[in-house]
Amino acid sequence: MSDNVWRAWARRATMAPGAVYALILLSLIFSLFTAQFLTLPNLANVGMQAAVLVIVALGMTLIILSEGIDLSLGPVLGLAGVILALCVKQQMPLALAILLAILVGAAFGALNGVLVAHLGLPPFVVTLGTFGMAQGLALVLTEGASIPGLGPGIQYFNDGLIAGLPVPIVMTAITFLVIYVILYHTKFGTYVFALGGNQEALGLAGVPVRLYKTGVYVLGGALAGVGALVMTGRMNAAHPTVGVGLEFDAIASVLLGGTSFERGKGWLAGTLIGVAAVSVLRNGLNLIGLSTSWQVSMVGTVIILAIVVDALRGI
Amino acid sequence: MSKDWLSRLSRVATIILLLVALSVISPAFLSAQNLTNVLRQASLLFLLAAGLTVVILTAGIDLSIGSVLALSASVAANFIQQGWVWGGSLIGLFIGAACGLLNGLMVALIGLPAFIATYGMLWVAAGFAQVFMKGEIISGFPTSFRLLGAGHLLGIPVPILVMAAVLAAVAFTLRRTSFGRYVYAIGANREAARLSGINIRGNLLLVYSLSGLVSAFAGLVYVSRINAVESTIGEPLLLPALAAVCIGGTSLFGGEGGIEGTLVGALIMTLVTNGMNLLNVSPYWQSFVMGAIVVLAVAIDQLGSEKAGRT
Repeated sequence: MSDNVWRAWARRATMAPGAVYALILLSLIFSLFTAQFLTLPNLANVGMQAAVLVIVALGMTLIILSEGIDLSLGPVLGLAGVILALCVKQQMPLALAILLAILVGAAFGALNGVLVAHLGLPPFVVTLGTFGMAQGLALVLTEGASIPGLGPGIQYFNDGLIAGLPVPIVMTAITFLVIYVILYHTKFGTYVFALGGNQEALGLAGVPVRLYKTGVYVLGGALAGVGALVMTGRMNAAHPTVGVGLEFDAIASVLLGGTSFERGKGWLAGTLIGVAAVSVLRNGLNLIGLSTSWQVSMVGTVIILAIVVDALRGI
Repeated sequence: MSKDWLSRLSRVATIILLLVALSVISPAFLSAQNLTNVLRQASLLFLLAAGLTVVILTAGIDLSIGSVLALSASVAANFIQQGWVWGGSLIGLFIGAACGLLNGLMVALIGLPAFIATYGMLWVAAGFAQVFMKGEIISGFPTSFRLLGAGHLLGIPVPILVMAAVLAAVAFTLRRTSFGRYVYAIGANREAARLSGINIRGNLLLVYSLSGLVSAFAGLVYVSRINAVESTIGEPLLLPALAAVCIGGTSLFGGEGGIEGTLVGALIMTLVTNGMNLLNVSPYWQSFVMGAIVVLAVAIDQLGSEKAGRT
């Protein structure tokens, strides 16, 4: 019996997404090289900083599962933050400001979704275009400057505590649970998986493929709006280009987490491990003292290695 | 055929419309000096878009062109500034081709989706360019190197001659060589191309390597013209280059289009930028406009081809 159990575990180990190995390996390396890495304050810091990435990466997971991609999520998050800050500065009620920020995210998601699902355009080109549009709008609205000093209402999204837990962690957990239920326990979720398998067959079976596909992008955009709350709270300011590059970390996390572009193969919890791996990588490189430029190259290399290994395993 | 003519006509009409509008907005626009300037600006965009056109013809994409340009130009500039003009230029071209080759290996041999492989390369190259430059600017290059971007030959600016030469070379390659026919065949129907005995992997490796090489070359021309380089010069170039190819009528689904269209696209994009500058439009709007043009161009192309019966 134990033989079978071992074999089952061994099989599971070879099937595990690259993120698991990356996370273990990176944690070992950084624990050896820096004394700071394996301390509670540092790990708590990694968790807090990862909150925004988790929220964006969860949306990205659904988009990638549906055989899509959204390169615009980073700048859309930046734009949503700008809208949030502008509304707060106009003395608008906080709830309305938050609603508007999330709506802006959802609107860009809807634009992406309609162009991809209804016109059948390649998602990476469409979202590269809307990347430019969102970034341009954020820059125009702020004239390239930060909007600082937003006050306690906004800072609550970083400093606040709910039942003793930091608000970003609670928001991340709630987002994960909501997306988990949507993906695994609703018809919508079942169709998202199916979208990545065979859209032609799905369409012939009478499923409104375009509607569901658009919905995935709308959800991704709205989550970028939610991420903007936490990001703006952390800085107590909005900056037009703050989100640029976040889409890259999100894509890296999703792919490391074992979700692939084809075959509708994916795992929501894998994305969490992917985010942990990417966040640990960035944090560790920071502690070692490597510049953000090196981090960009390293994350780029890790993402390429992960997809190459994934592709080779699939052959 | 009639649809072909119609879309070509619409592009030429767009250029004429832009020319008329710009000369009404600003009398200075139609001066020989400004027009030469427009052509010179268009030449850089055209060079970068030329490699991309060939990649897109194979139904691929290369999102790394901007940062490959920045990386190769940064490294090359470092050597060139010390007077090592030919050596530095060759190193730059080599780096560009090597990045392209890596893209090709990922796409052709491992079978990764082109957009994700080249997207990874975008960040790797951008990161290394930043590491190499450490946020500094290198400027002041030898006059022999400045000839490429700022010099004149027989009274014509060298970049314009370079543009003409690259246009002729790519047009000849696409039309008259077997490699050129393979590019269209692979883009139109990869499976059919494979079954008819075309070496898909070898040709794709060549296409992506060339794209990297041409990006590096565009980088040399760019650095030579503005006489300075920093690690972020490539970032704002990807969207306009992509827009130039899309407006030029090369289909993102592969197998349709050509290099002449990309020249027209590059001219249109340059006129739009020139016009925004003449109108004193905030540079912050430019990113929005570039993005919107990319979206519109691909949407119009797709709607047009749906009517023409392509699915």
